[in-house]
Amino acid sequence: MPFIPHTEDDTREMLEAIGVASLDELFDEIPEALKIDVPDDLPDALSEMQITRLMRERAAMDGAPLCFIGAGAYEHHIPTAVWDIATRGEFYSAYTPYQAEASQGTLQTIYEYQTMITELTGLDVSNASLYDGASALAEAALMAVRSNRSANSKQVLLAPGVSPMYCKVATAITGRQGLSFDYLPMNPQTGNVAFDELDEDSSPVAVVIQQPSFLGTLEGVDRLTDWARAHDAYVIAVVNPISLALLKAPGRWGATGADIVCGEGQPLGIPLSSGGPYFGFMTCKQKYVRQMPGRIVGRTTDLDGNSGFALTLQAREQHIRRSRATSNICTNQGLMVTAATIYMSLLGYDGLARVARQSQRNTTRLAAGLCGLPGVERAFEGPHFHEVGLRLDRPVGPVLVALAEKNILGGYDLSSDYPDLGNVVLVCATETKTDDDIDAYVDEMRQVISSSAAQSA
Amino acid sequence: MSELPGDLLYTKEHEWLRREEDGSVTIGITDHAQTALGDLVYVELPEVGRDLDNGGDMAVVESVKAASDVFAPIAGNVVAVNEDLSDDPEKINSDPYGDGWIVRLKPAGGDDGELMAPDAYQTFIDELDD
Repeated sequence: MPFIPHTEDDTREMLEAIGVASLDELFDEIPEALKIDVPDDLPDALSEMQITRLMRERAAMDGAPLCFIGAGAYEHHIPTAVWDIATRGEFYSAYTPYQAEASQGTLQTIYEYQTMITELTGLDVSNASLYDGASALAEAALMAVRSNRSANSKQVLLAPGVSPMYCKVATAITGRQGLSFDYLPMNPQTGNVAFDELDEDSSPVAVVIQQPSFLGTLEGVDRLTDWARAHDAYVIAVVNPISLALLKAPGRWGATGADIVCGEGQPLGIPLSSGGPYFGFMTCKQKYVRQMPGRIVGRTTDLDGNSGFALTLQAREQHIRRSRATSNICTNQGLMVTAATIYMSLLGYDGLARVARQSQRNTTRLAAGLCGLPGVERAFEGPHFHEVGLRLDRPVGPVLVALAEKNILGGYDLSSDYPDLGNVVLVCATETKTDDDIDAYVDEMRQVISSSAAQSA
Repeated sequence: MSELPGDLLYTKEHEWLRREEDGSVTIGITDHAQTALGDLVYVELPEVGRDLDNGGDMAVVESVKAASDVFAPIAGNVVAVNEDLSDDPEKINSDPYGDGWIVRLKPAGGDDGELMAPDAYQTFIDELDD
């Protein structure tokens, strides 16, 4: 749909046609009491040249540190072609696709995205995306409560490695609907579920398993999936899409596979951009499709028998089902999903696997280098993907501050979310890091450690 | 003009009821309702064994343009649901009072709420159509 400008003459003509004297009169239903003048304390307008200068100065304050922080958002190389294509006008300003005949390009892009995500996750159907990974988990929990009739429960159990931020968001979103989110016991050696401490009498509506975990560990997904199903609970998988190039798809976890898969799509070609916009993905088994929230694009034929795309199963959505809809979401992260689809197309399975392997290799190298320093050791036994928890002999906070002064963002301090674990920092090295970058981090850490004494927690 | 079987009772929500010999009650939606909905594409049925309140959610019927709730016209326990509707929801369109039945309940007793005889329902829908 192109931009259609109008001149002052056009405006005057339109106003005349409807018998209105001015634009102000057109909006005269708005009560005077609600209208405001420009506030007194707004500074004067700046010219474009002044604004550009101001923004450039502010951006320079960010610096260009080496980023070794993961914890839910990951710095990966984004091929230039991704945003070159995604910022084309046809994609960048495409209208929301409710009018199928005017939106075939958008709808096909989303359909391709849905196809790729279902293949990656090993399940049957995908929606057109949600806002982000955290709200996707909230939606997945609500979906499990709606679908899982045999469980008479609104209790959702979380494996210990489910992101605490996701738990907070899910609790906030579902707060008035009676859901509870409780963590399963953790084996502190592995960071994973302590299977021998599980309550065999529990009857949750769903069990959430994050893989790789927020702590960087690899959970016993098969065993936990089977345990959940034995308790009539749905399995909700929260996964990293890049890791799916190496790890078993949730559709093949345990004997039955996960029921719903969700997660954060940011690693697929979306820049970190201070926390967003990102996008959440969600896939599920075919039998639950009518309970899935969000838009779904389907492929069909028109009256002439030509193949085409349209939004489908819309009776789930709130513009039809109103308060009984599967969710109040009536949108999707169209631009982010377009970029992710281009990213996945350019990389393909081989490319994704290379990104995954190189990230894992770099993290292994970083962990080995840091653990060679006094007072640094692995916090958890077992394999990792591209993040690893390291226990320090002193509080993490001041160490990260010292590293930041050397232009290194060293990692994520786990001690506020997991106080029982002690001084643990989560470090992540993606494929964007060279051996020199990793060596630089190890060198700076060596200096930080030697310049002050160890303090026990 | 919708044909109204004489041996059924009706509700303002356009459901019909038939009292069976074994004491159970079969429930569906009327011809008036199926015409308004259009071609049905999906029916969400309750689980057998579930207890329903009078006026409570019983089923959902979904057509190409709308999704409508079907409420329990009396309180009762679900003893059977029409499984054929999973593959053939259009039965409700083609035979709303016969093969398009939706749920069978064992009545819980108590107040049966507002059930109309055929002519009362006919008057009701005539007034709606005006």
